Amino acid sequence: MPDLGLEVLFKGKNLMRILGGLGVALKISLISVAISILAGVLVGMLMTWKNPISRAVTRCYLEIVRIMPQMVLLFLVYFGTTRIFGWNLSGELSAVIVFSFWGTAEMADLVRGAIISIPIHQYESAAALGLTGMQTYRYIILPQTVRRLIPLSINLITRMIKTTSLVLMIGVVEVLKVAQQIIEANRMSSPNAAFGVYLTVFLLYFAACWPISMLAGYLEKRWR
Amino acid sequence: MSEKVLEIEHLVKRFDDLTVLNDISLDVHEGEVIVVVGPSGCGKSTLLRCINALEEIQGGEIRLKGEAVSKKSRNLPEIRQKIGMVFQSYELFPHLNVLDNITLAPTKVQKRSREEAAEEALALLSRVGLQEKAGSFPRQLSGGQKQRVAIVRALCMHPEILLFDEVTAALDPEMVREVLDVILGLAEQGKTMIIVTHEMQFARAVADKVIFLDEGVIKEEGDPDQFFDHPKTERAKEFLRTFTFERKHSHS
Repeated sequence: MPDLGLEVLFKGKNLMRILGGLGVALKISLISVAISILAGVLVGMLMTWKNPISRAVTRCYLEIVRIMPQMVLLFLVYFGTTRIFGWNLSGELSAVIVFSFWGTAEMADLVRGAIISIPIHQYESAAALGLTGMQTYRYIILPQTVRRLIPLSINLITRMIKTTSLVLMIGVVEVLKVAQQIIEANRMSSPNAAFGVYLTVFLLYFAACWPISMLAGYLEKRWR
Repeated sequence: MSEKVLEIEHLVKRFDDLTVLNDISLDVHEGEVIVVVGPSGCGKSTLLRCINALEEIQGGEIRLKGEAVSKKSRNLPEIRQKIGMVFQSYELFPHLNVLDNITLAPTKVQKRSREEAAEEALALLSRVGLQEKAGSFPRQLSGGQKQRVAIVRALCMHPEILLFDEVTAALDPEMVREVLDVILGLAEQGKTMIIVTHEMQFARAVADKVIFLDEGVIKEEGDPDQFFDHPKTERAKEFLRTFTFERKHSHS
């Protein structure tokens, strides 16, 4: 059996360090996901308004996010704001800002799609029962929207978790960065560590995303 | 004559350049059952939608117990509570079970207690033979069952008037009966109703007054027996003929 270089994981505190790195990645993504979902629902509702100004603004926002690579956004926020505004944002905070900015736009577009897919008759029968506009959203439209959103937003959430691997570029020590550090440090003693350590990183990402997909499947079935 | 529940005066409804309802006037009294018939596209459904202010109107006035009904009314949600509407495609809320579909508006809009609303809902459900379906979701019901739930949902708000918009048009023939029986029962209880339907036998049985609507105008109105047996206008005769079938014998 070839040497997979797995032994480095058990040297010193390596395993704990790599798990800690995963913790950082998950912390950034989960905070961003939470912000994106809340803000995305609001912005998504705005996108369905007929008001031309709200339409134009949300449209611009969505296009900007779609066009810009996340890496550019990260650099812009992390390095750019320091020069221009003199802000000293930490890497993690910059990452949360960028991922929330990105996630909110994508989420809002999903929310918009889900809201307009609800038949107009649902609004009318709610109105006919005397529900106000807000009550209609609260009790009729949003609950149905959420059910339609689950599979789509799970996809977005797992994409956000995976994309956190970019934040090592702005000096955040997350799981991938820790992996690189471990490989570097053991370059002489276990030259094959790259395989074992990256394999472990792969498995960790899988372990983080798999339960989310399972949950989505379960909710979809329950709410069918 | 008993009290006027609904007054429609010179109602005009246009979609852009197309006049759908042209100068419609109609009074509905307490306990009266009005059946609106007419060819498709004559404006029957639009008339009901205007009465519930689901459509903006371009002229005339609609008043429910003296209160103006209009898309611009600030208290529109309150007025709509008093107007029950049942749609052709049921329009139950798919994410709520039958009981919650019925009690949502009474509890959230009328702020009645959940227990009291549920009690009434269950009593009404058992009257339409669906008490055991209270916990089911709409997707688990047949079309006829869904429509009966939709009727109960409207009833539970204690409306002054009920509007039925071709409520059997989407149903399989064997389910039409169960829904129409429920509506007949309501007529016997003295509910005020406006019914748009294509079921002529039913129309004759349930109506106190028949309105024949054609090209956006009331062409004929009156007693159901009079209308169905001796229609006055040529248009009404022609319309009623489409419901009778005769075999033409070639060797006569």
